[in-house]
Order: sequence, then structure tokens, then C-alpha cells
Amino acid sequence: MIKKTLAAFVLGSVLSSGTALAADYVIDQEGQHAFVNFKISHLGYSWLYGTFKDFDGTFSYDETQPEASKVNVTLRTASLDSNHAERDKHLRSADFLNTSKYPKATFTSTKVVSTGEGTADISGDLTLNGVTKEVVINAYFIGQGNDPWGGYRAGFEGKTTLKLVDFGIKTSLGPASESVELTLAVEGVRQ
Amino acid sequence: MQWRNSSNRYGFISVVLHWLVALAVFALFGLGLWMTDLTYYSEWYRTAPALHKSIGITVFALMLLRVFWRLLTPAPAPISTHSSVVRLLSHVGHGLLYIGIFTVLLSGYLISTAEGRGISVFGLFEIPALLSGLPDQADVAGAVHFYVAWGLVVFAVLHGLAAVKHHVLDRDDTLKRMLGCAPKP
Repeated sequence: MIKKTLAAFVLGSVLSSGTALAADYVIDQEGQHAFVNFKISHLGYSWLYGTFKDFDGTFSYDETQPEASKVNVTLRTASLDSNHAERDKHLRSADFLNTSKYPKATFTSTKVVSTGEGTADISGDLTLNGVTKEVVINAYFIGQGNDPWGGYRAGFEGKTTLKLVDFGIKTSLGPASESVELTLAVEGVRQ
Repeated sequence: MQWRNSSNRYGFISVVLHWLVALAVFALFGLGLWMTDLTYYSEWYRTAPALHKSIGITVFALMLLRVFWRLLTPAPAPISTHSSVVRLLSHVGHGLLYIGIFTVLLSGYLISTAEGRGISVFGLFEIPALLSGLPDQADVAGAVHFYVAWGLVVFAVLHGLAAVKHHVLDRDDTLKRMLGCAPKP
């Protein structure tokens, strides 16, 4: 009995100290506390917003060592939604994201540079439309803590701007709409 | 010309519906191919698809009327000189044309309504989305729409060539009948 309790205690402390050091988080896709949104100018007169509904990913974060953080996100490009069936179909076609040929987009961080209190530039490789390029996500830490259901959560938001032509999207939407802003807003559940 | 079909000739309604749908099928096909290649800044970029959808819904209404009318006043009997093979082929061919037209119309409807938005008909009223959110609905419906439309147009050309063959080579009333002419005495 004592042995068992001791073993459980030792194992428990090993596990908890392990998680405390690694601080690995899985993006809460299941509870839908995570968004990959895009925003592009329409003719220079307004913003068009859309989202990718289907993605998952992980990140690691330790506030004492923010530069050791890592982010990995994989999304299904065909899950894009801008609330307009014909536009979405067109965006999935070879004119834009060619989602049947390139069903996945990925982001893998390579370097995190702290830029201030709770902010960082996350460099990484973004693969989109079959093209891999380095991008920098300007991210900020929103908050962390216990959730009401016995877990521990942390959340970030980051933005980056891509030129469409850099990712092989040659269809012209006009001079005001040559780049798109991506927002990654995620909440992770600590493992 | 009589309104209704009779045992040996087509009436006015059937003739008009046939040629309206024939015209619309080819027009919609050309319009569809053309509009999907327009650039964003083309002045037709918004109007051409709106026109395509409005005409498509109209054709759907015409086709429903056509089926209803066919049930109400059955098509005339086959021309007596037609062999049993010709009769069978024309039956199957006409059936496929109907199926093809309805398939293209319905798949087109399912593209536009895939995310729950209705279809405006000439800006006058809106056809609601009845079926949306199926997996990859717009893409699957889009592929069906594209390939079946090609098949339909090729088949419609064969249908037309067959009518010309009856008129020129067989010298029978097949084509004339569809123009509403009375049978030879």
C-alpha cells in the first residue's frame, strides 16, 4: 500500500515536473478555441474575411524561456470558408489555392525572438499552395491559467502578411489585393 | 397549330418548350464556359454568373412544365416508318437528354446553395437553398455540373444530327413534326 502510494507519488511528480518544463500544448480544435483567419482587401474599399475551419497543431511555451517556444500547425486548405459558396469554390480551385493538388498547408516554427513583454516574432516555414517560404508571425501572448474543468490553458494571437504571388497565386484581384493577412488565434490545452 | 399534342403531331406548347430549352441549353453552356474564365475586373464578372443562374432556374421551371405537359398530353406515336431499333434508340436518347438536363440543373443549383445562400432570379425573387453543407458539396456538384454539361451538349448535337438525318436521308416527318407541322396526308 505504502509502496504503491509512494510509486504513484514519484510517478506523479515526475509527470507533473515534466509537463511544467516542457509546457506542451495542443491547440483546442475540439472545443473550437482556435482560428486561422484571413483578411484581404476588396478593391481597396473594404476587408474580406474568411477562415480555415479544419486545422490542428501544437505549441510549447514557457514564459521564463519564450525563445524556446515552438509552434506547429497543419490545416486542410479545402476547409476555407468566406461565407460564399461560389467564392469558396473558386478559392479552392487552381486559380488560387489548388486544394485538390495541395490539400495541406503547414507552418513549422524555426526561431522565436522575443520583442517585448509578451510579444515575439515567430519565424518559420509556411507551406501553402505547394510553395514553402519563410514567414514571420508577429505574436502576442494573451493569457494562461487554470480552466474551470481541471485543465491548464494558454492563448496567443499572431499575424503575418503574405504576398499572393509569393505562394504561386497568380490570379489578379487588383492592385489593392495583392497580399493577404493571416491571423492565427489559438488556445492550447497543456498536456 | 393546336395547343395539345395528339396521336400524330406535337402541339404548340410542346414545340415551344422544346425549342426554348434547346436554345437555353446551348446558350447556358457557352455562357458557363465563358464566364468562368472572366478576369476579376471584367464588367461581366458579376452579371454573367447572375444571368447564368437566372436562366438556369428558368429552364428548371420550363423542364418541370415540360414533364407535366408530357404527362398531361402524351407525345405522339412514333412515325410509322421508324424501325423498332430507331424507336428504341430515340426513347433511350430522349430519356438520357431529360436526365442530363435535370442533372446539370440540379448540380448547378447545389453549387450556389452549398453554403446556404439562395439563388436570385433576375433580381426578382430568390430560390432558397434546400440542401447545403454536404461534404465538399460545391466541388462535387461543380465537377458533375461541368462534365455532365459537356456530355449533354455533345448528346444534344447528336440528337440534332439524328433529326437532320431523318429529314434529309430518310425524308420522314421527324424534324418537321418538332416544328409543329401537320403530318403528311
